[in-house]
Parts: sequence; structure tokens; C-alpha cells
Amino acid sequence: MARSKKEKDLDLVESPVVTGSQGIVLTIFLTFLSVLFLVPIIVVFINSFKSKLYISDQPFKFPNADTFVGLRNYTDGAVKIGIFQSMGWSLFITVSSVIVIVFLTAMTAWVITRIKSKFTSILYFLFSFSMIVPFQMVMFTLTFIANRLHLDNPVGIIFIYLGFGSGLSVFMFSGFVKSVPIAMEEAAMIDGCTPIQTFFHIVFPMLKPTAITIAILNAMWIWNDYLLPYLVLGTERKTIPIAIQYLRGGYGSVDMGAMMAMLVLAIIPIIVFYLSCQKYIIKGVVAGAVKG
Amino acid sequence: MQKALKKYFPIFALPTVLAFIVGFIAPFLMGIYLSFCKFRTVTNATFNGFENYSKAFANQDFLNALVFTVKFTVVSVVTINVLSFLLALLLTKGIKGTNVFRTVFFMPNLIGGIVLGYIWQLIINGVLLKFVGQDIYYNANYGFWGLIVLMNWQQIGYMMIIYVAGIQNVPGELIEAAKIDGASPWQILKSVTIPMVMSSVTICIFLTLTNSFKLFDQNLALTAGLPARKTAMLALDIYNTFYGRIGWEGVGQAKAVVFFIIVAVISLTQLVATRSKEVEN
Repeated sequence: MARSKKEKDLDLVESPVVTGSQGIVLTIFLTFLSVLFLVPIIVVFINSFKSKLYISDQPFKFPNADTFVGLRNYTDGAVKIGIFQSMGWSLFITVSSVIVIVFLTAMTAWVITRIKSKFTSILYFLFSFSMIVPFQMVMFTLTFIANRLHLDNPVGIIFIYLGFGSGLSVFMFSGFVKSVPIAMEEAAMIDGCTPIQTFFHIVFPMLKPTAITIAILNAMWIWNDYLLPYLVLGTERKTIPIAIQYLRGGYGSVDMGAMMAMLVLAIIPIIVFYLSCQKYIIKGVVAGAVKG
Repeated sequence: MQKALKKYFPIFALPTVLAFIVGFIAPFLMGIYLSFCKFRTVTNATFNGFENYSKAFANQDFLNALVFTVKFTVVSVVTINVLSFLLALLLTKGIKGTNVFRTVFFMPNLIGGIVLGYIWQLIINGVLLKFVGQDIYYNANYGFWGLIVLMNWQQIGYMMIIYVAGIQNVPGELIEAAKIDGASPWQILKSVTIPMVMSSVTICIFLTLTNSFKLFDQNLALTAGLPARKTAMLALDIYNTFYGRIGWEGVGQAKAVVFFIIVAVISLTQLVATRSKEVEN
């Protein structure tokens, strides 16, 4: 608001803000584009109420008396892949991993930034290095190690996410710790705080904006991740992406009705999350892009 | 302070460092070593020099995937960046409803690749069946352009937001001065706005570059490499080699190392590019 006012003040000669008929044309064009952007999701939603026989051939037709099946696709799909258990697993793994990653990597980043030694520099380098390594590079060996160490379960996978995901988080936290003045921490320690008290009372509150960014970036990654949980957990305990892919199955025919219904159920939590924390999500994603 | 912190170092860093060793360092080093071995289950590995690498580069699937990935990356980097920049220009005109438009354009970015793939499979098959009577598995070109459309839908909103931030940082005085000097809107765009948002351009180009190059989930869900592996990108080809072809695990690992080196080179180029920009400013 303040910004646009400033712009107007600056541009007395000719305002850059489009007004009048030009503005209306632009608004109509952008509205059209927005609707176009939403069409794929709307089409999936509409088809989720149609009989599976009428989906692939005529996805752009509304359901009619013959093709409407009510909620049957939803109940069929839910039984077939256990989508509600999947939501539970996805939620459990995402929330626990994000909490663990945010706290433990913040602690790690603080000590490796504040302690100046060869060892901490090497650690920092290795964490940064891991960011440029694609998952395919470690996919096979990581799965092997996870099996050997009995980490191939929904609790063990949290440890794996901490390990594979720590690079970006430590890197971003370290960047922020460097910009925080050390004086307050030193004062706290002189006053008799232990490093643990200093961290939780002084340092972590200051890291909060970065922590929100890191929580959002990791949440989006882990919630949508398919390959790592598929290789580590298999199909016995499915997260949502695994459940959707499982519904596709081999090369046989797919139950398109159930597929549409399950896609809708997979999208709903994301839209709710997005609309409720939009501000943080957009900020976090942009900060992550600029720093990462 | 250093001393006290050093005493507490294990409490602060040990869990993360242990997880990092298990989840990254160990698998990474094993991966490098195993790319020079013949193995089925890691434990029975025997050293065989560069054989996996020569097999990988003689493998037609791998070469196809490399060509397909490069083509896909070039086309998607150009389309996503041009379209998202245009959209950012429109969204910085200060018209009503800008926030709603931004919300809508950004949303697809949050949906996971597997779900995205199946959404677009429905749409693309619907269109193809209606107009040409074939589905996306029929022709590799359909899969290619399908992936391009999907990728644009997912990434345009994200890049648009970075471009909007860049455009908003261009000082109004500069544009004002150009106008007074009689510059046309096109000249202002070309000679003022674009040079001023070059750092956003660098960020977006490299983001789209790595996102496109490493694509896996969307590829698996939309085409699964069909027809006949012609639309498999590198990540999917590596996956197929590991898990679809018994006795080729070593070759899969060699392909993964090559893949890693290409991605690392792209990332390091980005680092150099952003560093040199910082110096200029």
C-alpha cells in the first residue's frame, strides 16, 4: 500500500499504474489466465464424480444422469489404497521430520559457525557440498544402509530425512547466524547461562524467521517426496504420493474414477495449508531460492 | 565462549552429524566406489575398473535419456522464464486483484510431482483423444510437449514471484528519467528494467535449469518413459537401470555418478555467475 502511494507520488508526469480501459482489458486478460490455470484441477474434481468408464474418453464433459456416481469413486479409492492411513503417515513423517530438522540443524549451524576451527570449516563445506548432489547419486546405497540399520520404518525415515536434508538447512541457518551480533550471546554466557540456555533463550528466538522458511521448504519437500519413502518404506506403509502411484499399478488398466477421487483428496490438504499460511510460504520459497 | 561451546559441541551437533554421515556421507562415498564395481547387493561387490562407465556410455537408453533431458531442459528454461517474466510485468502494473492472481498462479507449485503428472495425463489424453485419436503413450513428441506444458504450469508462478520482487526493486527515478529523455516503453523495458533485474534472471534460469534437469516424479507419472523408454529422462533412466535390469546395478551407479557430475557443474557455474554479478554491482 505504502509502496504504490510512493510510486504515484513519484510519477506525476505519467503514472505507470495502468488505469481506465487499459486496466480493464488487463484485468479481464489476467482473470481469463487465472481460470485457465485452475482448469486442470477443476476438471479432475468434476471427473471424480463420474463413472470410471466415462473419464478417459470424455474428460471435458460434465456428469449427467448416466455418468454421475456420487461419492462411489471416493469410497472405492479409499478402500483400494487406504488413502486416510496414507494421509496419517504423510502427516506424521512430515511433521516429525520438520520439527527434528529445524531444531537440530539450527543447533548444529550455531556451533559450527561460532566455533572457529578446521574441523567446523570442513563440516560446513560438506553440508554445503551435499546440496548439489542429486538423490539418484545416493539412492541405491542409502536404501541399503537404511535396511541394514533398521531405519526402514516411519520413525527411522525421520533420521534419514535429517541426514539427507541437513545440508540446505545448516547452510541457511549458518548464513543467518553469521549476521547476528555475537555480543548478546557472550553477555548471556558471562551472566552464567550454559550454552544450551543461551541457544534457546537468546539465539533461537532470533533465528525464528529463518526457521519458518526452513520449516516450509522442508515440509513441501517431504510431503511431496515420492522416491525416498518408496525405496525405504516400500508399499506396506504408503505416504500419499506412494499411494497415488500404487493406484496406477503396473501396465494394466487404471481405475480412473478412483484415481480422480484420490487426486482430489491429495490436493485438498495442500490447498488448505497454502491458503492458511500463504504469506509465509511465498516468503519462504523466495528466500530459499535466493539463498539456495 | 569458544571453550564452553567446544565442550557442548557433541550435544549440539552430534545427532545431525551422525544422521548426515548415515544419510549422505556414507552412501555418497559408497556410491563412488561401487560405480567401479560389479555388484548385486552391495556386499558382494568386485572391482571392475571403468567397465560400468563404458557400458553406460554404450547404452542407447542412457544416450537417448541424455539427449531428451537436454532438449527438455532447454525448451522449458526458455518458455518458463519468458512467460513468467511477462506475467510479472503485468502483475506489477498495480491493477486490482493482483494478490488473487498471484495466489492462483503460484498454487500449482505446491502440488507434488506424482499428483501433477496424473492431473496432466487426464487433460492431455483428453485433448489428444479428441483431436488425433491417440493417447500420450503413442508418440514420444506428445510426452515431450506434455512434460513441457506440465513444467510450465508448475514453475511459472514460482519464477513470476522472484521476477516481481526484482521488478519492484527497480528505482522509480530511473524509469522516470528515461521517460523524460523520451524513451518508449519498449526501450525502457530493454535498457532499464531488464538490466536492473539481471540478478533475478540469473536465479530463475539456474532454478529452472536444475529443476528441469533433475525431473523425476512428473516424468514417472506422466509418461513413465513410454513409448519404449523414448521419453525417459536421466533420473528415470538411472532408476530403471538400478531396479529394472538385474546385473546392471553397477552401470546404474556409474550413470548416477555421471548425472551427479553434470548437476555439480551446473551448480558451480551458477555460483561463479552470481559471484561475478555481485562484484559488478
